[in-house]
Amino acid sequence: MKSFALPVAGAVVAIAVWWAATAVLGVRPFFLPSPPDIVAAFLAQPGYLLREAWATLTATVIGFLVAAVGGVLLAVVLTLAQSVSRATLPLLVALNSVPKVALAPLLVLWLGFGAAPKVVLVVLICFFPVVVASAAGLGSTPAELGELGRSLSASRWQQYAKIRLPWALPQVFVGLKIAISLAVIGAVVAEINQPNHGLGAVVVLSGMSFDTPLAFAAIALLALLSVGLFYAVAGLERLLLPWAKAITG
Amino acid sequence: MIGLSGVSRRFGAVEALAGIDLEVGESEFLAVIGRSGCGKSTLLRIIAGLLEPSAGTVVVDGRPVRRPRRDVALVFQRPALLPWRTVLGNVLLPVEILGLPSASSRKHALELLDSAGLGDVHGRLPHELSGGMQQRVALCRALVQRPRVLLMDEPFSALDALTRAELADRLQELHMGLRATTVFVTHSIQEAVLLADRVAVLTPRPGRIRKILDVDIPRPRSFGHNAHLIEVSRCVAELHDLLL
Repeated sequence: MKSFALPVAGAVVAIAVWWAATAVLGVRPFFLPSPPDIVAAFLAQPGYLLREAWATLTATVIGFLVAAVGGVLLAVVLTLAQSVSRATLPLLVALNSVPKVALAPLLVLWLGFGAAPKVVLVVLICFFPVVVASAAGLGSTPAELGELGRSLSASRWQQYAKIRLPWALPQVFVGLKIAISLAVIGAVVAEINQPNHGLGAVVVLSGMSFDTPLAFAAIALLALLSVGLFYAVAGLERLLLPWAKAITG
Repeated sequence: MIGLSGVSRRFGAVEALAGIDLEVGESEFLAVIGRSGCGKSTLLRIIAGLLEPSAGTVVVDGRPVRRPRRDVALVFQRPALLPWRTVLGNVLLPVEILGLPSASSRKHALELLDSAGLGDVHGRLPHELSGGMQQRVALCRALVQRPRVLLMDEPFSALDALTRAELADRLQELHMGLRATTVFVTHSIQEAVLLADRVAVLTPRPGRIRKILDVDIPRPRSFGHNAHLIEVSRCVAELHDLLL
């Protein structure tokens, strides 16, 4: 209970200050809507907004899961074979440094107007942090655990399955937590580029019709989505790795 | 049981071990003592088949060592437990990797934990145990594969003095029961004298055997009051002179 009190208090104070500012300064809702304006915009068409939020959520989660599984597998391959690692790592870094916004129109060109370009953009934006964090985790097996495995003549597979991969999991989760917050950004970038579905599309379309409260309602939902997803990943970590906090102190 | 002849090992330009000749008999407890960096751990890893000697041969049970053997178990300076596995799960790790029969091994593991005073914590995670208890778990893990050779690399050096004494005592009991051939690397003169049948004293850089001392003191030995204080202090004094 205590752990919730402070974050909630922080949010409440921020919203109160915002509300007070709009009220005291007499800002027009078109320029900066007050919190009640935004709530009203949401309540005017909750079905529409929740449907679009669902579209963003599914693309985000599917892309994130693909990147998580693919990223960990690639990290295993990279740590297994030095040659593969040296051949592909510069390429990966180069790919990662390409602004993903620039890829959004190309993905639509290649993959059409459906959900596919959105999911692919999420995968592209999530992939790198997962690979880097997982590879770091896989490379950090303590020497004595490696020797323990070798002294038992453990196969490569056993070394990974029983020692190296579980050991890497806390660091894998560092990558996953970075990736999940990027994932929402990836989905929204794709939606802004191709505003058919999703909260990103709502922001673009409401902006075109000067419906600022609706845009803010969509942005508020995106923020809630991001926070919810981040804490879901963090909660999963706590559930799966109760030992990790204990050994890092 | 273990035979080394002319074993040397270099790491680049550094000569860690030079011309080691050593025989360890069946069921013998040999302590290897020397200062830090004298190649004690290297020697142990060569016997374990984890490191290849640059020159010379190593034979365990009549066969040259080329890779780790199933009947040789290692205990490290740190417990090296898997933090996500329970105490019992850690002890069963060698069983899974070596593919030993699981039902009988589980029973064996529980017996080992019981006799180590860990029977009621076998479901706990390692971080919930004290350092001494963790190292006892590591010892149980080494014993679960019923090794004929036990190689120990300063297993008590990360523990406080009282826990060290307690574990050394316990290891002595274990050795008297199991009679596994043991090579015990240490830099504690007390431990060497308490535990070993013979003590090999290594000189540093490169590691060479300075002397092999017989410890002719009847067992069980003790750090406390016993009938052999004179012999114990004579051995301690001799090792002290050789090392310092």
